[in-house]
Amino acid sequence: MQRRPGVLAGYYLLLLVLLYLPIGVLTLFSFNEGVVLAFPLQGLTGHWYRDMLQNAELMEALRSSAIVAISSSLLATALGTLAGVGLLRFKFRGKALFLSLAVMPLLVPFLILAVALLILFAALDITRSLWTVAAGHTVVSLPYTLLVIMARLVGFDPHLEEAAQDLGASYSYTLRRVILPLIAPALLAAWLVAFTVSFDEFVLASFLIGRTPTLPVYLFGQLRFANRFPQVVALAIVVMVVSLTLVVLAEWLQRVGSAASLSRRVGEPEAATLPAGAAST
Amino acid sequence: MQRRNLTPLVLMSGPSVWLAIFFVAPLILMAIFSLRPDMRGALFSLDWTPTLKHYETIVEGEVYLPLLLVSVRVAFSVAFFATLLAYPLAYFLVFRTGLRAPLLLTLLILPFWTSYLLRIIAWKIILGTGGVINSLLMFLGLVDAPVPILLYSRLAVVITLVYVWLPFVALPIYAALQRIDRSLLEAATILGAPPWFSFLRVTLPLSMPGVIAGFVMVFIPTVGEFVTPILVGGSRGALYGNIVELFFGDGINWPLGSAMALIMLIGVLVLFAVAVRLVDVRRFIG
Repeated sequence: MQRRPGVLAGYYLLLLVLLYLPIGVLTLFSFNEGVVLAFPLQGLTGHWYRDMLQNAELMEALRSSAIVAISSSLLATALGTLAGVGLLRFKFRGKALFLSLAVMPLLVPFLILAVALLILFAALDITRSLWTVAAGHTVVSLPYTLLVIMARLVGFDPHLEEAAQDLGASYSYTLRRVILPLIAPALLAAWLVAFTVSFDEFVLASFLIGRTPTLPVYLFGQLRFANRFPQVVALAIVVMVVSLTLVVLAEWLQRVGSAASLSRRVGEPEAATLPAGAAST
Repeated sequence: MQRRNLTPLVLMSGPSVWLAIFFVAPLILMAIFSLRPDMRGALFSLDWTPTLKHYETIVEGEVYLPLLLVSVRVAFSVAFFATLLAYPLAYFLVFRTGLRAPLLLTLLILPFWTSYLLRIIAWKIILGTGGVINSLLMFLGLVDAPVPILLYSRLAVVITLVYVWLPFVALPIYAALQRIDRSLLEAATILGAPPWFSFLRVTLPLSMPGVIAGFVMVFIPTVGEFVTPILVGGSRGALYGNIVELFFGDGINWPLGSAMALIMLIGVLVLFAVAVRLVDVRRFIG
C-alpha cells in the first residue's frame, strides 16, 4: 500500500497551506502600519493591538461574549452530563426520542432556530439580552457536550457504580463520588468545546442579542468602518489564539482521559507510553 | 439497574425541559406563526383566523422558490466540492501516515476552530478588487490595473464556503476509512486486483457512509446561510436565507418569514431522512 505516497502527501501539504494562508495573511495585516489591507505593507507595528486594548466598546463586547460563553457552556455541560448518565445507565421509555431530539440542533440551520427563538422570546415578552443568547447557545452546545460525555461513559465499567451502591451509597452520592470523578476529563473537554462554540457563534447571537453585543456581533458591525478594521482583525487574531488553545487542550484532555482509563484497565503503569493513535476512540 | 425508577426521571427532567422550552416550543410556535394573517395583536392572542396566504405568496411569488432552488444548488455545490476535496486528505491520513495520523488530522481541523467571521473576512480581503491578490499583482508589476476577480458573486460565496467547511468534512470520511478492515484490501490485492480497482470496488463503497455524513453536515448549514452572501456575495450573491433574515429584520413580516423558514426546515429534514436511509447515521453520532 505504500505506492506513490508523494502525490497525496503533496496534496495534503498544498491544502494545509491554502487553509492556513488566509489566516496568515490576516495575522500579517494586523501588524501592518497602514489602514488599508493591501500590499505593499506599510511597516510593522503593534499599535492596533494597543488601540484594541484601549477601545472600551470592544472590551465590553469581549466581556459580554465571556459571560454568554461561560454561562451557556456550564449549563450545557451540566445538562449533557445528566442526560448522558441517564441515557447510558438506565432503561426508560422515550430514550430514542430524547437522543434524536438532543442532537437535532445540529440538523436545524441556525437561522431557523434563531428566528424561532426570536418569536418565542417576543411571545413571552422577554426582553432580549445576553441571557436570551446564552439560552440559545445552550441548545446548540448540548449535542456536543452530550456526545463527548457519552463517549467517555461508554468507556468505563458500570460495575463500579453498582459496587458503590451495593456498599450502601445513595445514587446522588455515587454520582458525585464515583461517576463525576471518573468522567472529569470529559467534563472539562465538553465544557471547552461548548465554550468555543458559544464564543464564536454569530447567527443566533445576532438575532437574540439585546443592547450589548457579543464579540462576533460587534465584529460584524465594525466591518463597515474601514479605519477600525485593523483593530478588529487584531482582536480576531487574539480570539483565534485563545480558541485554538482551548480546542487543543480539549483534544488533549479527551486523549489523556481515554488513555488513562485504558491503561488502568489493562494494568499498565503509565498512559504516556501509549502511542497517540491507540487512545483515539 | 432496574430498581430505581425515579432516578432516570430526575436525571432527564432538566435536559428534557430545557429542550422542550428552547428547542421544540420555538419551532412549533414558528409553525403556528406562519398561519397568522399579519403581525397585529398580541403574539399569544388567538383572535385571528388561520390562513395559508403566506404559503401562497411564496409559491406564487417569482422570487422565493427560485431563490430557494438557488440556495439548494449552492449548498449542493459547496457540499460536493468540499467532500471531493476532503476525500483524498482523509485517504492520505488513514492509509499513508500511520501513527502520525491523529496529529496531522488535528493540524487539518484547527483552522475550522478559528473565528467563522474571520475566515470569511480573510477571503473578502484576498478576493477583493483592492485586495491582497490584486495589490500583490500590481506591486509586482504583473498588471497595471486591478483585475476584477471574484468578489461579489455567487461563485465567491461557493469558494468561501468550501474553504470554511473543507477541514470539517474530512472528519467523518476519516472515521469511515479507519473502520475498513485492511484484510479486505489485502484480499483484493492477493486476488490480483490492481490498486485503482480495489479502491473503486472495496475502499470507496465501504467509505460511503462517511462521505454521505460529511455531505449532509455541510449541506444543512449552507442551505440556511446568510452571512457569507452579505460579506462576499454582494447584491448578486443573495440567497434564500437573506430574505428570511430580511423579514425578521428591517422588512418586518414575521409570519411570511416563518412560512419561509418552515419550508426550508421541512426540506432539510426530508433530505436528512433520505440520507439516513442511505447510511446508518447513528454509527456516527452514538
